[in-house]
Amino acid sequence: MPDQLIEFLQQLINGLAQGSIYALIALGYTLVFGVLRFINFAHGDVFMLGAFAGLYTAPKLLALCGGGPSFPGAAAVLVVAMFICAALGILIEKLCYRPLRGRPHLTVLITAIGVSLFLENAGQYVFGADPQSFPEIITDRALEIPETWGALSSLTITVGQLLVFGVTFFLLLGLRAIVLHTRTGMAMRALSFNPVAASLMGVNTDVVISFTFGLGSALAGAAGILTSIQQPSIDPLMGVNIGLKAFVAAVLGGIGNIPGAALGGILIGVLEALVVGYINPTYRDAIVFAVLILILLIKPSGLLGKPEREKV
Amino acid sequence: MNAPLLQLDQATMQFGGLKCVCDLSFIVTAGGLVGLIGPNGAGKTTVFNLITGVYRPTAGNITFAGKSVVGHRPYRITSRGIARTFQNIRLFGSLTVFDNVRTACNMHLRHGISHALMRGPKFAAENRTTENFVEELLQIFGLTAARDEPCRSLSYGGQRRLEIVRALATRPKLLLLDEPAAGMNPTEKIELMKLIRFTQEKFGLAVLLVEHDMKVVMGICERIIVLDYGRKIAEGTPTEIRADPKVIAAYLGKEAA
Amino acid sequence: MLERTKILLLAAVLASAAISFFAGSINPYYYDILISIGINIILATSLNLVNGYTGQFSLGHAGFMAAGAYGSAWLTLAFGYALGTSVAGTTALFVFALTAGGLIAALAGLAVGVPSLRLRGDYLAIVTLGFNEIIKSVIQNAEPLGAQRGLGGMVAHTNFFWTFALAALTVYVVLNLVHSTYGSGFLAVRDDEIAAEAMGINTTKYKVLAFVIGAFFAGVAGGLYAHFKQFIHPEGFNFLRSMDIVVMVILGGMGSTIGVCIAAVLLTILPEGLRALAHLPWLPDWLRPIAENRMILYSLLLIILMITRPQGLFGTLGWKRKKA
Repeated sequence: MPDQLIEFLQQLINGLAQGSIYALIALGYTLVFGVLRFINFAHGDVFMLGAFAGLYTAPKLLALCGGGPSFPGAAAVLVVAMFICAALGILIEKLCYRPLRGRPHLTVLITAIGVSLFLENAGQYVFGADPQSFPEIITDRALEIPETWGALSSLTITVGQLLVFGVTFFLLLGLRAIVLHTRTGMAMRALSFNPVAASLMGVNTDVVISFTFGLGSALAGAAGILTSIQQPSIDPLMGVNIGLKAFVAAVLGGIGNIPGAALGGILIGVLEALVVGYINPTYRDAIVFAVLILILLIKPSGLLGKPEREKV
Repeated sequence: MNAPLLQLDQATMQFGGLKCVCDLSFIVTAGGLVGLIGPNGAGKTTVFNLITGVYRPTAGNITFAGKSVVGHRPYRITSRGIARTFQNIRLFGSLTVFDNVRTACNMHLRHGISHALMRGPKFAAENRTTENFVEELLQIFGLTAARDEPCRSLSYGGQRRLEIVRALATRPKLLLLDEPAAGMNPTEKIELMKLIRFTQEKFGLAVLLVEHDMKVVMGICERIIVLDYGRKIAEGTPTEIRADPKVIAAYLGKEAA
Repeated sequence: MLERTKILLLAAVLASAAISFFAGSINPYYYDILISIGINIILATSLNLVNGYTGQFSLGHAGFMAAGAYGSAWLTLAFGYALGTSVAGTTALFVFALTAGGLIAALAGLAVGVPSLRLRGDYLAIVTLGFNEIIKSVIQNAEPLGAQRGLGGMVAHTNFFWTFALAALTVYVVLNLVHSTYGSGFLAVRDDEIAAEAMGINTTKYKVLAFVIGAFFAGVAGGLYAHFKQFIHPEGFNFLRSMDIVVMVILGGMGSTIGVCIAAVLLTILPEGLRALAHLPWLPDWLRPIAENRMILYSLLLIILMITRPQGLFGTLGWKRKKA
């Protein structure tokens, strides 16, 4: 196999791993947009809070699971972080967004920006602005690909990356099951089609919205832990950049569209990896913005979304 | 006086697989008063949106005063002489009654931004002309007392009247009224009918009216066009339409015909 | 509101000139705050034209400020020697640089406004944010502009007169523009774009005009800033700077020029007040960083404002709820 193909495959692997992270966070944006028609600016910061939740709970959880990095320990940290983020997401919605139900769009948007800024700056105050070291909850090392696979053995794939693939895959399956096969999932879909009709049909809007926030935030929290395994330096502003890219991913796939968010995440991750690998690492952020502007100009409803028409 | 002012030629509006309006052709003459009726979902507001440029017809042509209006932005179509009101009242919520009407005078201004900034004599003169024009309109329609009130403080009927006045401020040749009688009580409807007749005569307009209330439609329209599922199923005088079996079937179901 | 506005403008300019005469005797610390107030008034008023009066939610105003700051700074640095040191020469250069900076910013406003036309509130906000980052990126990669090191050495042309004369001019332009039949187009676009189009208003023209005029004055403010601090750095024109201005507009009440000016004054003084507070000996240690990091308080202020009094201090929340 030619070297360039190996190189390309390597970039692809890196891109898919990062893309899965974007997908998990993008799902949160899309779920909330689906039921509330608004962009939760503060979502990226929940991702950051997930990482910090892991930072503080890991020592005790690892100790419970026999001390030291281990698979059960990592799983425990992941699940606990997801729960903490779900709770935080629900709390934020209840305190800051619910009082604004029915108000002009702009009001909620500004509030979301306020929440985001508050989480970032309060985070800097509480956690300290300096980057901190995320504890090792699982030994992240490059996997040995056996020589018998030929040229493929020169590829590098880490435990962390495998974990990302695996966890993302299972979380996506779980999300699909919830959305398609549970009553709450059906309520979520009903709300996203027609909120008034849904509530007239007996859907408890408040509960479903809380649930949606919790779900999206849990996914963001999972993304926080998974990222921290691979990049152990965490700081209160880590959610800004990634949150924005995940948002672009959600828009790319079609905001409000769940498979779209996953697709968008993967695409952005791969695109970023290719740009970093083949063009110039300094353009990694600019290219994502360029994608956003392009997609909003060409097809604002995204790849998988349907255009929404304003009723005249 | 009988030359066609507005002409639709096989106009079609397709959204994905759904044909909202299909091969629609009709004419409104200058000074005519035409009604557009049909069951809910027949595509009446879509026709308005097509005429005013909110939508672009997927097929067919629409001409006004001899020139095509297809593909033009709504504001340009308005400057040609077509004005409209909306099914759900769309006033400029933060503005007063006076300012709502004044905004519609924008397109006839001959001064531009530099005059607005420099505020020379030309600006002052044109400003006075505009304000007098708006005062006159408000007076004709009985809104002078409320001139400085926020437009939302008007009664429902008053807001509908204001929407009509605002549309008139654009000095149209054709006025499209989208369900003006919606939500009105019988007394208000009679007032409305008088208002529409009066407006048409005083300003020499053609009026195209979408309305559900048959008393209003039959009471003032000279001609009526009936739509069902986006197609024209009948056209004629009120008497003809009232007796047309196709129309009765469309509204009441096949059995009643 | 016809001739009166011109008289008021003239009065303000004369007053600025008069006060400027005695500026030497003002305590330098307070003088700095006054200049900052003037610059913030220009920024807030110009942003209010876009956000408040036209209803286009722009989050990237600092980008236009940067365009003006760097544009004017480069010009005065490049041509500073050429025109010698005569008073007339340097003043002429300064005025030219400010205007040019404003025009460069206006061009940037055009570049941002045109693509943003079709975008709804949320998307427009994000795209303007994106453009802010792009402008910052461009500067960070431009060697002649000092790139990541920043640009310094500008002569301190900015004084009380220029700052407040230009602030008065900005207020004059925005107020006169909006309170005219021509300018009612802006408000119509804000209240209901579809109805505005139906009433013959070219909504595209008004949206772009708002962006361009708003950007022009932001650029002028940037030029004043550059020749006040005498050193500018790309990080000084980031999203947080844009948010500073947005908070002023929201606190003042979108669509109220007076409110926005008052908010600009308040929010210029507030960080100084907080800084003073942070140094009070009896303040508990854990409160000190909160006093120093104004963003924590700003963000809380935003949230509380939106929940309790979204129209800000003086605004009227008149515009109709836009359905998604």
